[in-house]
Amino acid sequence: MKHVVSNMAGVVLEYLVKVGDTIVVDQDVVTLESMKMQIPVQSLVSGRVKALKVKEGEFVDDGDVLLEVE
Amino acid sequence: MSQNEERVASEIERIKKGGPEKYHERNRKQKRLFARDRLTLLLDDGKIEFEDGMFAENQNPDLPSDAIITGVGRVHGRPVAFSASDSTVKAGAAGEKSVQKSLRMQEMAMQRRIPFFYLIDSAGARITDQVRLFPGRNHGGRTFYNQIKMSGVVPQIALLFGPSPAGSAYTPAFADIAIMVDGNASAYLGSPRMAEMVTREKVTLEEMGGARMHCSVSGLGDFLAESEEHAIEIAREYFRYMPQSYLEQPADATPMEPASTRPLREIVPEAQNRPFNMYEFLDALVDGGSFLEVKKLFAPEIITGFARLNGRPVGIVANQPRVKGGVIFVDSSDKAARFINICNAFNIPLLFLADVSGFMIGAAVERAGIIRHGAKFIAAVSQATVPKISVIVRKCYGAGLYAMAGPAFGTDAVIALPTAQIAVMGPEAAINAVFANQIAEMPEEQRDPFRKMMEVRYAEDIDIFRLASELIVDTITPFEALRGELIARYGVYQTKSEPFAERRNPIYPV
Repeated sequence: MKHVVSNMAGVVLEYLVKVGDTIVVDQDVVTLESMKMQIPVQSLVSGRVKALKVKEGEFVDDGDVLLEVE
Repeated sequence: MSQNEERVASEIERIKKGGPEKYHERNRKQKRLFARDRLTLLLDDGKIEFEDGMFAENQNPDLPSDAIITGVGRVHGRPVAFSASDSTVKAGAAGEKSVQKSLRMQEMAMQRRIPFFYLIDSAGARITDQVRLFPGRNHGGRTFYNQIKMSGVVPQIALLFGPSPAGSAYTPAFADIAIMVDGNASAYLGSPRMAEMVTREKVTLEEMGGARMHCSVSGLGDFLAESEEHAIEIAREYFRYMPQSYLEQPADATPMEPASTRPLREIVPEAQNRPFNMYEFLDALVDGGSFLEVKKLFAPEIITGFARLNGRPVGIVANQPRVKGGVIFVDSSDKAARFINICNAFNIPLLFLADVSGFMIGAAVERAGIIRHGAKFIAAVSQATVPKISVIVRKCYGAGLYAMAGPAFGTDAVIALPTAQIAVMGPEAAINAVFANQIAEMPEEQRDPFRKMMEVRYAEDIDIFRLASELIVDTITPFEALRGELIARYGVYQTKSEPFAERRNPIYPV
């Protein structure tokens, strides 16, 4: 199972993809809010989105899993 | 021909072949070139102008050139000194004479002010010969001492084609930049086998010390090359931005219009919290095809690289809002500081493009020393005496203003774009900080309106026209006039000739 992880501490603002979508490397998949900025998180993996691991509005730390990708 | 003449000719032929064919074959399989072929690609017309110590260890048929080639050639018509380890001879491991050859070529480069290219592909030192090459006064350590003594005097460029282990792992660290070939180059203090003995860890060479790891995680590498040819191309490209020594200016190139004609105002969103791609801004600002990024894979939330404005070289430090909101972290501070130091060493003017909400906060970064590292960034900015211009693209808060060469830092000009916003912190954060108690004591329904009202007042207070009125910024420049403004200013500003300060050495944060 591959993962997309957060690259900094922040709050999940919105998911830009949904379960079942195919994503590619470098694609923006999640928008975080941190340091008063909207921050796109790029995927480092490609594949099909299997699960969204964190709810919108929840806090994540650097390294926390945001998406499961198969 | 006399006997000696014949012998000289045959010896030269023998020595130039390097080591046994089976090692050449192995190298070919790994897409590694023969050291002399690397030099052919690097140097103008493929020509070594002169070579020292070719006959080192000629009494021993197994040690042609003692596994290293040292000499002088030209790049872009300019003389450069080089040392190139030959991995077909004892896996490129250094013997006593290899060290001596390196030292002598370094001494020449230092004394005659000639840039140095290190072409590294070596197993380290020959342990059997260690007493003759490792500990002594004029042994291996001296090559690092020399690198440090030469640092900032002449450009030093390291190309890693294969291993650069143990001792020689420091060569790329002391060079100005390190170009590493993906998959082949590595640097590490102890091999995986050694690491397993000491720390019981099981790790592959690529994981522990591979080129990609160094270019993206450790920050030792500056350029990750796809192949040896690519690495050499990068070295030649980089060298165009460098002068021969700190006493000279880097050369101008033919002016070019920017690659992108997209108006800058379309690229920069007005909302301060929406990301935009700083690369697009650069494409529309600098001479087309002139941007050479340094440490692209490391701390991508800050962009460092060379470019040209109307043919004139500049070193760019720019926040990248798309990555981590352009916030400055420990690694981004280090990346920027090092790049600023290279530019200042070699008379390359600096251009800061600021869109930053500040340095990262939180326990994790505090424990990682964000204060120390951020201070390092600010120290580098302060002591740079090359022309410095800071363009406030959008927000520029708190110590971010200081790090991005705000007005107090010897900056020649601080230019605001119409979207600029300079403050200690953003409106929301500021209102929360100042009025926290007041807001907490209010009934719920009054809080938001109160916040909004205070945020409006705050925004008026930090309005860029007000700041320009107070001469906080030197001017507000319309988007379409920015490139012309920068060209005009860099056309006039020169590197200050007096030293930053008189002292033995600063105690900069590290």
